[in-house]
Amino acid sequence: MSSLTEIRWHGRGGQGAKTAALLLADVAFSTGKHVQGFPEYGPERMGAPITAYDRISDKEIRVHSNIYEPDYVVVVDETLLTSVDVTNGLKEEGAILINTAKSKDEIIPLLRGYKGKVFTIDAKDVCMKTLGKYFPNTPMLAAIVKVSGVLDTDTFLKGMEESLQHKFAKKPEVLEGNMKALKLAIEEVR
Amino acid sequence: MALKAKDINVETRWQDLTEGLQIFEPGTSKDFNTGDWRTQTPVLDTEKCTQCLRCVPYCPDSSIPVVDGKRADFDLDHCKGCGICVAACPFDAITMKEGK
Amino acid sequence: MAIKERMSGNEAIAYAMKQINPDVMPAFPITPSTELPQMVSNYIANGQMDTEFIPVESEHSAMSAAIGASSAGARTMTATSSAGLAFMWEVLYVAASNRLPIAMALVNRALSGPININCEHSDSMGARDSGWLQIYAENNQEAYDNFVQAYRIAEHADVKLPIMICQDGFIISHGVQNIELLEDDKVKAFVGEYNPEHFLLNEKEVCSVGPYAITNYGMEAKKAQAHAMDNAKQVILDVAAEYEKISGRKYGLYEGYRLEDADYVIVAIGSVCGTIKDTIDELRDNGVKAGLMKVRVFRPFPGEEFAKALKNAKSVAIMDRAESYSSQGGPLGSELMAAMYRAKTKAETVNIVYGLCGRDVSVNDIKNVYTQLEDVAAKGAAGREYQYLGLRD
Repeated sequence: MSSLTEIRWHGRGGQGAKTAALLLADVAFSTGKHVQGFPEYGPERMGAPITAYDRISDKEIRVHSNIYEPDYVVVVDETLLTSVDVTNGLKEEGAILINTAKSKDEIIPLLRGYKGKVFTIDAKDVCMKTLGKYFPNTPMLAAIVKVSGVLDTDTFLKGMEESLQHKFAKKPEVLEGNMKALKLAIEEVR
Repeated sequence: MALKAKDINVETRWQDLTEGLQIFEPGTSKDFNTGDWRTQTPVLDTEKCTQCLRCVPYCPDSSIPVVDGKRADFDLDHCKGCGICVAACPFDAITMKEGK
Repeated sequence: MAIKERMSGNEAIAYAMKQINPDVMPAFPITPSTELPQMVSNYIANGQMDTEFIPVESEHSAMSAAIGASSAGARTMTATSSAGLAFMWEVLYVAASNRLPIAMALVNRALSGPININCEHSDSMGARDSGWLQIYAENNQEAYDNFVQAYRIAEHADVKLPIMICQDGFIISHGVQNIELLEDDKVKAFVGEYNPEHFLLNEKEVCSVGPYAITNYGMEAKKAQAHAMDNAKQVILDVAAEYEKISGRKYGLYEGYRLEDADYVIVAIGSVCGTIKDTIDELRDNGVKAGLMKVRVFRPFPGEEFAKALKNAKSVAIMDRAESYSSQGGPLGSELMAAMYRAKTKAETVNIVYGLCGRDVSVNDIKNVYTQLEDVAAKGAAGREYQYLGLRD
């Protein structure tokens, strides 16, 4: 694997794709990596398709363009598959991760002939079992770490625990639910 | 050390002006003799003047000094000869003469 | 030991503001600089800063209040973008001519229209003749470093001019990247206390600010102001040298990247320079002698230094993230070409307008520019005076 990993996130405004991208940069930073996490701002409206990006590298990152040939693509909302060309430029040796309850056989025909690996996860199911509320970005974050191998999953979970402990110091139940969601997502992605 | 306002004139070089033309002393308009602009000069008839002092606040250039509650003669270093005091005087005690 | 962090450009600037802890910040929020007054307000509410934050009703008021505060003797800062800067226009000139060392964090954004919130340099470039110093950043690190250096330059006895610290809207302001921060005590010691010689609230000295100047004095006053701008060049270098000692990071009027022996040189400002550096490394691996001259300081305009740095180039592309509507090219193009003409620089020169309204610039786009530069050098003719990068036509 080359030192630079590029990840593109597709979501809808309000689903937390940007937050997930920034969280991934955060965790990767805490393991000593060079990171870049940034959103591409469009209409900035709830429900509008949005794109966010991560670059993770062992070397300093200087480039400041969007990502045109990502190693990985994360689709937080499967309804985007019919309206956005999510596999555009995606490397065939890379992979796409999609949030869906559907089987891969149902999903692959929507990927405009993409020949690389396809992973799916039912983020809603994971959320309902662990958080009781639907926040797709949490399981998607864990799943892309597993799929991309950009971080070791144990290191990732430890980093997330520290960051969430800090963030939800007064709400330990939130920490517990989120950690369960992350762990279950790592098991469930396939 | 910044130049005093009275030492700044149209001969002053740019290097000697204060930064942003700031002024560090009060009442510098005293150093500017607007009386030079005058073409007509007010003359006070002390017989007719009742010392009502109405002319004093009307003077736009504070050129009517008041000493011990009584107006003195005009400050001709600063009086521009506008004649507002003539109009303000209810007793026709002020008239304008041609020249300085 | 430097503090290793990851931050967006706005977070980095707000952090520098917290460390410097100036006396007064009047500001009005506007995308993409809204986070700056927001973060400073948080720091104040949390007791981490004791800056007097003045919520004003507009940017014109923000700059007017900044002028008042600075005249009174307070170390003053503000932040804005795009139309906010445009709304300050009238008073920007007053801040400069009254020689007030106000620091502004400018997050570059397109001026309308078409209305757009993304990166462009049209806002600061439009204010280039207002008498403010302008320093630009490639990334969050430089935005932070430049802001820490800002007051040392602006308040210097030979300068006393307001300063704009510019960073690219969204690309830098909202992009999170690694950064090295200095410890609070180091920043405080470097920036120092502000002790103005003259100020309105000085009970020991009467002071009038901003008097009317008749024709006989106005020209001399402007010359004195222009002279302060000249002085700033050396002060910027001196402050950078001192900053290098505490940070280990080197700054100048410009940064040359593989410039010394370059045949084909791009001159640019801001975040695109990182993308250009990556492109250069790729081209150099293929034997193309590509180089970059990154403009850090635009006001004062170091024309002589820039022209000298370009003296060995065969062809030069000057990239402008702003349209001047002059039909002659962008502002950097016009000013740099004038400087190159005076220095009798022999390189063929093209002026390229790029990235308007936040249009993304990729490594491939930059490769195309270098290909054009090779072609221009081979032909010995620049062709069209100026052109747009990545335009649909």
